[in-house]
Order: sequence, then C-alpha cells, then structure tokens
Amino acid sequence: MSTVDWKNYTPVLIPDIKNLDQIDVYRDNGGYQALKTVLTDSEKWPDRKSVIEEVKAANIRGRGGAGFNAGLKWSFMPPSDGGPRYLACNGDESEPGTFKDRALFEYNPHLFVEGALIGAYAIEATAIYVYIRGEYKYFIDKVQKAIDDAYANGLIGKNILGTDFSCDFYVVAGAGAYICGEETSMLESIEGKRGYPRVKPPFPAQKGLWGRPTTINNVETLAHVPAVINKGADWFTSIGAKNHPGPILYGISGHVNNPGVYELPTGVPVLDLIHEVAGGMRNGKKLKALIPGGSSTPVVRADQLEGITMDSESLRSVGTMLGTAGMVVMDEDTDMVEMLWRISKFYHHESCGQCTPCRDGTGWLQKILKKIKDGEGEIKDLDLLLDITTQMEGRTICALADAAAWPVRHTITRFRDEFEARCKKSVFAVA
Amino acid sequence: MKYEFSEEDLKEIDAIKAKYPEVMPATLPVLWLAQNKFGHVNPEVQRLVASTLGLPEAHVHGVVTFYTQYYEEEKGTYVLDVCTCLTCQLCGGYEMLEYFEEKLGIKQGETTPDGRFTLKEVECLGACGYAPMMQVSNETYVNNLTKEKVDKLLDDLRQDKKPEHEKVGMPQRKNI
Ligand SMILES: Cc1cc2nc3c(=O)[nH]c(=O)nc-3n(C[C@H](O)[C@H](O)[C@H](O)COP(=O)(O)O)c2cc1C
Ligand code: SF4
Ligand code: FES
Repeated sequence: MSTVDWKNYTPVLIPDIKNLDQIDVYRDNGGYQALKTVLTDSEKWPDRKSVIEEVKAANIRGRGGAGFNAGLKWSFMPPSDGGPRYLACNGDESEPGTFKDRALFEYNPHLFVEGALIGAYAIEATAIYVYIRGEYKYFIDKVQKAIDDAYANGLIGKNILGTDFSCDFYVVAGAGAYICGEETSMLESIEGKRGYPRVKPPFPAQKGLWGRPTTINNVETLAHVPAVINKGADWFTSIGAKNHPGPILYGISGHVNNPGVYELPTGVPVLDLIHEVAGGMRNGKKLKALIPGGSSTPVVRADQLEGITMDSESLRSVGTMLGTAGMVVMDEDTDMVEMLWRISKFYHHESCGQCTPCRDGTGWLQKILKKIKDGEGEIKDLDLLLDITTQMEGRTICALADAAAWPVRHTITRFRDEFEARCKKSVFAVA
Repeated sequence: MKYEFSEEDLKEIDAIKAKYPEVMPATLPVLWLAQNKFGHVNPEVQRLVASTLGLPEAHVHGVVTFYTQYYEEEKGTYVLDVCTCLTCQLCGGYEMLEYFEEKLGIKQGETTPDGRFTLKEVECLGACGYAPMMQVSNETYVNNLTKEKVDKLLDDLRQDKKPEHEKVGMPQRKNI
C-alpha cells in the first residue's frame, strides 16, 4: 500500500499566497532566488553541467504526458557552436481532461518563467518561446505581463542579473489545433506554418526551431525546476512515488463534487483523490470508471482501482498510464459507448491528415462508433474496430494515431458487454 | 469594407517580426492582429496579410484553414463556442448546446439572421474542471453552464454586456 503522506503536503507550485502572480510578491516570497544562485553562486553551481546533473538526479518526469526525465533531455543538446539555440515551452494544453498548466499561468506565472530561464541557462539557449493555445487569451496576456515585468527587472534580456548570460523570452499564441501540442508540430506552428508533425529523426535537439538545437519542455515540468535548485534533487525525490517522484498538478474533472486542480505528491491512491480530495462522487452515485491522465490514457473500471496509485508503475499494472494526470471521473450512469464515440470524434477532428492510417483510421473509428451508438451496429463491428486500432498503432509520424487507438481498444475490451448490448441482436441483415 | 493596416498596425507588425529570425513566423500573430481588427480573415484579409509580410498568399491561406480559431468569413457579433468534448459531454455539454440552439433558433455552425450570434460546437478548451463550459468570441470563458446562466449571458450580450473572466478558486486554498 502507498505510504505517500498527501494530507500533510504543502504546495510549492501553487502555494496559498495572495497575488503571487505579481512580480514583487513573487520576489518577496523567495522568487528568482534559484535563478540568481544558479547564475552567480559559482561554488554551488560551478557550471551548466552541474545544473543539468541536479535536475537529472531529481528525475522530473515530463508533465506533458510522456514522462521523460527533464534533465536527461537537457543533456541531449549538442555543445554550443556559438549560434542560436532554443528552449520551446509547451503550453498548448489541449488533451481532453487536461487543465493544469493554466493554474500556473493564472496563479504563479513567474515560477514557470524562472524555471524556463534556468533551463535556458543550462542548455545555453539564446531565446525561449512559450507556445500557449490561442483559446487561453486571458492567460497569454497574463504570461506576457509576467515576462514584461521580468524584463523590466533585469531578469530577462541582455546580461541577466549582471552576468554574461543573455536570453530573450517570447510568447507565441496558437490558433486552435490540438496537434500543435505534439512537440514537432508545435515547432512548425511557432515557425508560422500549418502544424504538421515532423518525421524524427532528426530530433529537435539536433534540428529544432529554424534548424537549430531546441529542447521542448512542458510548462509544469519547467515550473518544478526552481524548487529543485533551491531544495535539491533529494528533496524532490523524497516526495511521492519513487518511480515518478515530486509534486504534481492533478486536474480532476467529471462526476465529482469538487472538481479542480490540486497540487499533491505523485503516487496518491486514486480512490483517495476521488473520494477525499475531490469531495467524492456527485449526487451520491457510484464510481464506474476513470480516465487517469487525459483522453488518450486507457479507461479503467472502478473494480480495478483498489490500491492503485497515481504513478506510472502502479497505473501500468492496470493497463493504463499517468499521462497528464488529468483525471476524468465517471459515475454509474455514464454511457461508455457515447463517451468513446465522443473521444473518437475528437481525434478524427484533430488528425492533421498527413498519415493514412491516422487520417482514415480516426474517421472509421468515429463512423463505426456512431453506428453502434445509434443502435445500428453489429457485434462484428466491435472486432472491426479492434482491428482498425491495430492497423493504426505505431505506423504513423506522430503519436496522435496511438492516442486515438488506445481508448477504443481498451474501452471496448473493458466494457465489452455494454458495447454488445448496443449492437443489433442478430448478425444477419434484417430485411 | 476596405481592408488595410494603419500606421500603428504596421508598427506592431514590425515588433512582431523582431521576435523571430525570419518573416514566416509572423504569420500567426499577424493573422490574429488582422482578425482582432476586422473581425475575420476572409480571402481579402489573407491577401493583405500576405502582401504586408511579403509571403505567398497560398501560405497564408494554408495557415488560416489549418487552425480553427481563424474565421474564414464574417461571423456573428458574438461567437459562442460551446464545448461538448469529453468532460463537458459527461457533465451535460450537449444539453447546453441544444439549449442554445433552441433559444437562438439556429443549429451549431449557423449565425442568427440578425447577425448577432454564431453558435459553434468546439473541442476541449482546457477548462474541464468547470464543465460544461463555453468561450465567447475567442476571449472569455464562461464556466459551469446552467440554463439560467445561458439565459443571462444571452440577455447581457444582446445589450453588449460582455462576460468577465471568472477566476477559478483553487479548492485547496483559502487566499487565492
Ligand atoms: C498528439 C499529441 C499532443 C500533445 N499535446 C501536448 C500538450 O498539449 N502539452 C504538452 O505539454 N505536451 C503535449 N504532448 C507531448 C509533447 O509532444 C512533448 O512530449 C512534451 O511537450 C515534452 O515536454 P515534457 O517532457 O516536459 O513533458 C503531446 C503529444 C502528442 C503526441
Ligand atoms: S499520426 Fe495523425 S496527427 Fe500525427 S502526423 Fe500522422 S496524420 Fe498527423
Ligand atoms: S472537455 Fe470541455 S473544457 Fe475540456
């Protein structure tokens, strides 16, 4: 059983401090100290490598969904050749069920800005671009204000804090396209093009923005960096689950009494999050299913959740993933066929259309699921759906096709009786 | 309407270009600027953006058609983007969309005859904790929709009273 003591946890990403979004309040509460020590304390941080090593040791697993060690990613940047290099921050936040980066934008934007600056220093970036989905107009303005204030305070720009480190920081607004959250699609979009994901390799660390070395990190991932610098990697790894340590922003939505964004350690029991943190099920209904980390992470039945904790290892044991920790809670009245159809409609709408298995596959998934949902489906359509998912997975330029296939495969497998009940009774054509 | 950029706009466009090592990255921000000014980016506006930036029209058109937030034609004064995606669906997003359709007498994708409202069904807006929800004209989010809230919103918008940003309290915290 889990030993994670979440009840006594004190938040560091969105602490209970009024007006923390203002630069003076942020600085009064120790803000930009981590950046300052990294740039000026040459005993503690003799070089860039020492910063990368500390972040690597903290094992901040990317909070954008894939869970890759952030420090390790930084270490992939080639040595500087004196030309431009970039840090691209992913604030696209478009995976259904995910709404956590906006909590940082709204309540603690400087924490993200500071983390990004430390990251930029570590990888010797000459400029930072943060890509924020266009719908987040309010937050785009807010982050721009934070950046303007940081410029005015000598924290961004030429010779930051009087050192020889110089770096610019720009906000880029998206314009409505889920695919632009995929990292190479995001680079295309920043470059002013249609957001078609790129074939890898070359990886962004070799050829990213404008063909130059680029690192991509999620906004929350970067927001964890200042605390790792201030309190050390040991502090970070002492929090939450060993295999996926640190604080994390859980976005809990759906049929619970108190949906919202909660900052807690990783590895909290799923049922505690639903029943205690989020105030339990709405209208006293029973829990039926959970999507643990955004729409692409496979749905899990309530009877599978006993003892399961929110970390990659535990979730893997029930055939799902942590993803973005955007938990979608479903009660006993949920129609799984409708739910799955809606997810498939989403992926079909968002497929960029470059790869046939994805462009056509997502279309077929939606079409067949609509047929089943409308009572026109047959049992053999369920097997056809499963067959299509196999044709899609691992055969495309980016992971959108997999993200579309997984929910179909697992929802049908885990709720097969419900799907069969919706199909026409006979497999023979009537009339 | 004559579509042209003012001196001020051109200054802003120069500031946008200065953020990037090339001109092409200015495409999205300048389209935003144009849409905020003209209300849409129809083919004529696309040509204006292309010629101002010195980029091919086909490129600008390609970008406009890829992203859902750019309006390729004139829309109603207020565009009502109602989310029906995953969590919103679970929490009654379709009931809200149908209620809008009923009250406005139009289907999603259509504009009211008086040109005041365009209604659209949209994908997840990153506000799932506050479902069902919607966005007004690419700007303000309206959370936790109910029929009463929809009634009030439409009444307000008819008098050009725009909704304000709803600050979402952090459930664990007292001060923020
Ligand atoms: C279809 C698709 C959509 C994605 N959307 C997002 C997103 O909205 N935000 C995000 O941070 N990462 C998203 N990702 C993951 C990014 O590609 C990338 O892994 C991530 O931004 C890296 O940051 P991290 O290592 O800090 O998580 C998406 C990936 C795919 C395949
Ligand atoms: S998998 Fe889908 S979204 Fe990704 S590049 Fe191919 S067609 Fe586009
Ligand atoms: S599903 Fe509607 S905001 Fe996410």
